[in-house]
Parts: sequence; structure tokens; C-alpha cells
Amino acid sequence: MNLKKVKESLNLEVIAGYNEEDKEVDGAYIGDLLSVVMSSANENNIWITIQTHLNIIAVATLVGTSCIIVAEGMEIDEETIKKANEINMPLFRSNLNSYRIACRLNDLGI
Amino acid sequence: MSHSLIKLEYEILENDFSRAGEASSNMKKMLTHLGINSKIIRKAAIVTYEAEMNIVIHSKGGKIFVTVSPECIEIVAKDKGPGIKDLDLAMQEGYSTAPNDVRELGFGAGMGLPNMRKFCDDFEILSSEGNETCVNMKIYLK
Ligand SMILES: Nc1ncnc2c1ncn2[C@@H]1O[C@H](COP(=O)(O)OP(=O)(O)OP(=O)(O)O)[C@@H](O)[C@H]1O
Ligand SMILES: [Mg+2]
Repeated sequence: MNLKKVKESLNLEVIAGYNEEDKEVDGAYIGDLLSVVMSSANENNIWITIQTHLNIIAVATLVGTSCIIVAEGMEIDEETIKKANEINMPLFRSNLNSYRIACRLNDLGI
Repeated sequence: MSHSLIKLEYEILENDFSRAGEASSNMKKMLTHLGINSKIIRKAAIVTYEAEMNIVIHSKGGKIFVTVSPECIEIVAKDKGPGIKDLDLAMQEGYSTAPNDVRELGFGAGMGLPNMRKFCDDFEILSSEGNETCVNMKIYLK
């Protein structure tokens, strides 16, 4: 599965760091406690979270997630957006909650 | 042997959330350039990030030293205190003294130190109340 298909199917709002690139995605992970995400999420996962602070970009980079989806339409810090653009970490937003997003990903075969 | 040693040093500031994660991200980049196995890089990234965040959140600032040799990656995180009163308690999963404003940012699961112990091969922590905390971690390359 590639990121473009995910973005289009879930009608994700592009916030930053995304250039329509053909990035591979492999599985998804939901988590809001950063230390738990660090140890449990895997490379190329789609990371679904309601955290929006700058530090999510560091966590995503260190884990090597394929993108971040901010759930529940949470407002995202300006610094987070800036950093995501700087390092090309795709940052999306959805009005759905984390569970609903995961169900939609499941429907896609993720 | 010494020619193949790589040393990195990072200054970590107290409460500096705007730069938090930069040391570990930079280290990950360096290890990637060195062509180190991605599973090992992942371990190093996790433990360094946790050490970095603990210095930012719980200490008065400190430094992280990374040494890469042909045998191992050694990560030493040393801060200026205030130290840890009960180390056994601090090492327990779920134990955290992180204040509420920091918890709102996603920290304070009490999993940082347990993650460090879990993801490195050698783990040692030295600390006591009123003194510096020093975490010494090794991840073997072979
Ligand atoms: N460098 C340090 N200086 C002083 N106290 C520390 C230091 N590192 C850890 N501690 C103490 O040990 C506790 C447990 O640390 P640990 O990293 O496991 O969890 P946490 O930082 O509270 O939460 P998390 O890492 O999951 O975000 C901390 O809450 C703090 O009281
Ligand atoms: Mg911690």
C-alpha cells in the first residue's frame, strides 16, 4: 500500500511535509504516550495520535513512521508544522477519532 | 583501533522542548550514514531519545556522549542533578513524577528508564538524591 492511496481514500487533510510522494506504508499504530509509541510502533507504520506538540515529529523520525495522522481534528502547533515541512514527515489530519481511522485503514487492507 | 572511533557530544538544556529530540535524531542520522544495521539503529535511537527527554524534563540539563567503535555503540547521559532518590522505584514501569503540563504533551508514561534497560545490551544507572544522574548504555554491533 502506498501513502497516496491512504491519503485519498481517507480524505486526509494535508497539514505539512507531504509532496505526493510514493511512500510505502506498512501497518498502523495508535498511541499518545510517547515512550510507549517509541518502543511499540514500527518502521513505516502510519502513526495515529491526538498529540500535536513538536515532539511528535522527533518520535516519528526516530521510529521511522511513514506519516502521522492527527485524529479528532485537533489543532496543531505551528512549530510542529514547520518541523514536519523541514524534514518532510507527512503530517495529516482527520476529523475522525483514532478508532474510526484505524477501521478505515483496515478496510483498505492495512 | 582509535582511528575507527566516532565520538558525538550533545548539550541538552533543561526544559527545552523546542529542541528536544534533536540529539537523538542527529545521532540516528550519523549511524545511518555509517551503514549500521537498522535494527541496531532503532535500539540506539530509542534509548538515546529516552535519556535525552529525561534530561530535558527531570534535570537541570546535561550532556549526552555517543561513541561508536567497531564493536559497540556506547551512550552516556550525564546531567547536573537533582538526582533520583529511589532508583528501584524509578526503574519500575509506570512510575513517573512528570508534572501535569508535561504529561499533556505525551510524556510521563513512566516507560523511559524501562525502555532504556530493555533496548540496550548493557545498562547502568548511577544516581542519588542531590547528585547528578549518569546513565551508561551499550549496544553491541555484533
Ligand atoms: N535524569 C533524571 N534526573 C532526575 N530524575 C529522573 C531522571 N530520569 C528519570 N528520573 C525520575 O525517574 C522517573 C521515571 O523515569 P522514566 O523515564 O521511566 O519515566 P518518565 O520520564 O516519568 O515518563 P516517560 O519516560 O514514559 O515519558 C521520572 O519520573 C523521574 O522522577
Ligand atoms: Mg522518561
